[in-house]
Amino acid sequence: MYDIKALYEAASVEDAIRLLTEHPAAKIIAGGSDVLVKVREGRLAGAELVSIQGIDALRGVCLEEDGAIRIGSLTSFSHITRDPVIQDKINVLGQAVDTIGGPQIRNIGTIGGNTCNGVTSADSASTLFAWDAIVELTGPEGKRQVPIQDFYLKAGVVDLRPGELQTAIRIPRKSYEGYKGHYIKYAMREAMDIATLGCSVNVKLSLDKRAIDDVRIAYGVAGPIPARAPLAEQAAIGKPLSTQVLDQFAQDVLKSLNPRDSWRASKAFRQHIAVVLAKRALAEAVRLSGGEIYE
Amino acid sequence: MSKQYKLVTCTINGKLMEKMVDVRASLTDMLRDDFRLTSVKKGCEVGECGACNVIIDGECFNSCIYLAVWAEGKNILTLEGLANPDGTLSDIQQAFIDEAAVQCGFCTPGFIMSAVEILETGRELSDEEIRKRLSGHLCRCTGYENIFRAVKKTMLRRLGKEKEAEAV
Ligand SMILES: Cc1cc2nc3c(=O)[nH]c(=O)nc-3n(C[C@H](O)[C@H](O)[C@H](O)COP(=O)(O)OP(=O)(O)OC[C@H]3O[C@@H](n4cnc5c(N)ncnc54)[C@H](O)[C@@H]3O)c2cc1C
Ligand code: FES
Ligand code: FES
Repeated sequence: MYDIKALYEAASVEDAIRLLTEHPAAKIIAGGSDVLVKVREGRLAGAELVSIQGIDALRGVCLEEDGAIRIGSLTSFSHITRDPVIQDKINVLGQAVDTIGGPQIRNIGTIGGNTCNGVTSADSASTLFAWDAIVELTGPEGKRQVPIQDFYLKAGVVDLRPGELQTAIRIPRKSYEGYKGHYIKYAMREAMDIATLGCSVNVKLSLDKRAIDDVRIAYGVAGPIPARAPLAEQAAIGKPLSTQVLDQFAQDVLKSLNPRDSWRASKAFRQHIAVVLAKRALAEAVRLSGGEIYE
Repeated sequence: MSKQYKLVTCTINGKLMEKMVDVRASLTDMLRDDFRLTSVKKGCEVGECGACNVIIDGECFNSCIYLAVWAEGKNILTLEGLANPDGTLSDIQQAFIDEAAVQCGFCTPGFIMSAVEILETGRELSDEEIRKRLSGHLCRCTGYENIFRAVKKTMLRRLGKEKEAEAV
């Protein structure tokens, strides 16, 4: 038995908002793969929970009229990886969430839970940062659209107001059209492990495929919350696809990152792999875009 | 806080069932305590080991981190539902025995349910893919190789590749 004080099951988004407003101390539970573990460990023992697990309208991926990719917040990782829209437009997100835990965790864990927990190591987060994703929140006052970089406030804390829940994550068309991306999770094991560092890169090449038109790079575990490396991005835009440019790009990421020492890895090691992963991930994104890197 | 119960109706191993469950129960609690389906093991109870793995609507879930009330309307399959109607073991269960993929047996039902999900795809998976699909389980006895062999052989046999299965 879980040590739960009360469980309120929401049948719809409106129902969830009402329950959250009536029970201000209650915590949302989606797939429960963070919440139930915390209840078991005692950190959330005795909690009141509002379960949104039954709101099927929040599951699934679709293309909106303006071309934005809409991912319902309750969509599980395995469903994101298998989704044809994701595979066609932003396959890197499907690959990133396919590194989470093991198969059973990917069937229960949701992208909403992975971003609302505010955790820097969340494997979807760096990729969503790198694609300028928009978080859709629905609450008593209606809907809000928040850029994901503003949604994360500090470690473990996101911009969720009383009575609000996250209902979707959207990737605008201009963010993904013409871009290809790659994610690398650096961990000690191939499965069931939390990232020591996660690095997600996407790139748009010039028409002749010889230069970088745009590039975006984001990290998990390189700071208290996921973060972009804007200085490296800005310096690389317009540059030709050469080994030298890639090396400089990789070195430049350190200007924006602030990893720490933890039992998983030292700060110095994280800085080292941040550089190595930046180069590898960009090289792979270039390859996926049909570009070649010159000496 | 007074106790909170909810009526849950679901299909378990092919039979429609109804039960009043405590909202604090995990699906493991419900399957073991209310239905005596003790193939569903309590290992870590935090989603790490896969000993409690069951199939819900065709997908594998660790029942220890799944609330029993979420089973409403679902179709649940546990190891007890695998044997043939005449009581003989299914091919995958027999393969685990033949390959010595069982030692203490604590991890076995969970592994077999993941194997069932693999076999139900009807596809021939690469070795790498089989390993990845089994990676949500811990076994402290066998060293995994015999488990891998049991799954791969059964997959090949179901695809009519008897000779390839023998060579595994
Ligand atoms: C064994 C194991 C291995 C794991 N491995 C990984 C891993 O490799 N990588 C990784 O990133 N994570 C991993 N996790 C963590 C977890 O699976 C993910 O963070 C998952 O995305 C959580 O989603 P959930 O739906 O289960 O969240 P829940 O536990 O239901 O919720 C998580 C948090 O988000 C809030 N929340 C959830 N949905 C919403 C919503 N729609 N609106 C507002 N708030 C919401 C909850 O209140 C809670 O604070 C692992 C967990 C386990 C148990
Ligand atoms: S007992 Fe459920 S995963 Fe270990
Ligand atoms: S056989 Fe003992 S844990 Fe796997």
